[in-house]
Amino acid sequence: MKKHIKVLGSGCATCKQLESLVREVVVESGIEATVEKVEDIQQIMAYNVLSTPALVVDEVVKCSGRIPSREEIEGYL
Amino acid sequence: MKQREKGSQQGGQTGMWLRYAVVSVGLLFLYNNLELLAELIVGILGLSRESHFGEALFFFIYEVPKVLLLLVGVVFVMGIVHTFVSPEKTRAMLSGRRSGVGNAMAAGLGVVTPFCSCSAVPLFIGFLQAGVPLGVTFSFLIAAPMVNEVALALLFGMFGWKIALTYMTMGLGIAVVAGMVIGKLGLENQLEEWVRQMLNSTVAASAKGSDISWPERFGEGLDHVRSIVGKVWLYIVVGVGVGAGIHGYVPENFMAELMGESAWWSVPVAVLLGVPMYSNAAGILPVVQALLGKGAALGTAMAFMMSVIALSAPEMIILRKVLKPRLIAVFAGVVAAGIVLVGYVFNLVF
Repeated sequence: MKKHIKVLGSGCATCKQLESLVREVVVESGIEATVEKVEDIQQIMAYNVLSTPALVVDEVVKCSGRIPSREEIEGYL
Repeated sequence: MKQREKGSQQGGQTGMWLRYAVVSVGLLFLYNNLELLAELIVGILGLSRESHFGEALFFFIYEVPKVLLLLVGVVFVMGIVHTFVSPEKTRAMLSGRRSGVGNAMAAGLGVVTPFCSCSAVPLFIGFLQAGVPLGVTFSFLIAAPMVNEVALALLFGMFGWKIALTYMTMGLGIAVVAGMVIGKLGLENQLEEWVRQMLNSTVAASAKGSDISWPERFGEGLDHVRSIVGKVWLYIVVGVGVGAGIHGYVPENFMAELMGESAWWSVPVAVLLGVPMYSNAAGILPVVQALLGKGAALGTAMAFMMSVIALSAPEMIILRKVLKPRLIAVFAGVVAAGIVLVGYVFNLVF
């Protein structure tokens, strides 16, 4: 099944870092998934996260406020 | 079999503690003997500290490792502290707190809660949604950037513990009082419409405790050192370089007229100058230190630094998304007034 991944963040350096890391992991693992960057603050708030960057997989917040390791991201997918 | 596994695991832990201990002692020894080392290097190069260049070079090779070592130590400890607090836990603690106690707690937690400045808006809304009062939220948002570990480590390294401690106390004081003032003014109607609509759907402030082991906490500490020191070391080297130049070449008392104690207007002017500037403590402090040696007053320099890191134009633009102009003006005005006051107090005391 195809996964929907969202990276929530206002566009600062750490958020961009997370986005590119997620894209890398997706390509390497060969998992079918779409990666979307959400920068709109109202949409971000809809997920009830306190700190960015946050990683959302299939509408479930997996982690927020830090950049997870490669292994962690693989675990989420 | 199981027994043996457990045994080797414990052995691994002891080894880890030992490694940390050896590295700490080694760094501490290095830290205590830096002045000697710098003298030695300058001597080997055949330079004299009497010359402009020799003095500037000595300053540079003494200050850079000193400040970086201190920074590594403080940031490492802070990284470990961060594993005990999270924005979610902080929010749960602050939810429904009254003015006064709440503001003091918020300011204190602002120092130790890990959060990056681009999270200011989600944090702000998330706090309000969970019933943290507006003034208490502001106390947190003011203290967090102003009293940060990098600023404290650098102040400690360059000016000594007395000044670092005074800075911390004053910074917390400003955060507490400014938050209380904003809370008293009842400016909840100065939030943008969409924010107020979001506040109608309150969320419960709950935080799941993280259960991690000590080796993992130390690992987080190391990660924190890597990310923070990796980000600011260049600022420090360049800053100390500029500082070394000033130290060696600019004549004594050059700054006394401009930023000295006698010029009463210098404190507010320093604060105004600081607002449009956006830098971190790492870049600005070495320069401030060098200026002090040339007759600038400490309070004026401190006020400038506080203004640069606590009142920045980019932050205001981010906050504008959630606050109406009047509330931003009140926020900036109250904090600026506090900083000016601190500048005068510093000038009087030191």
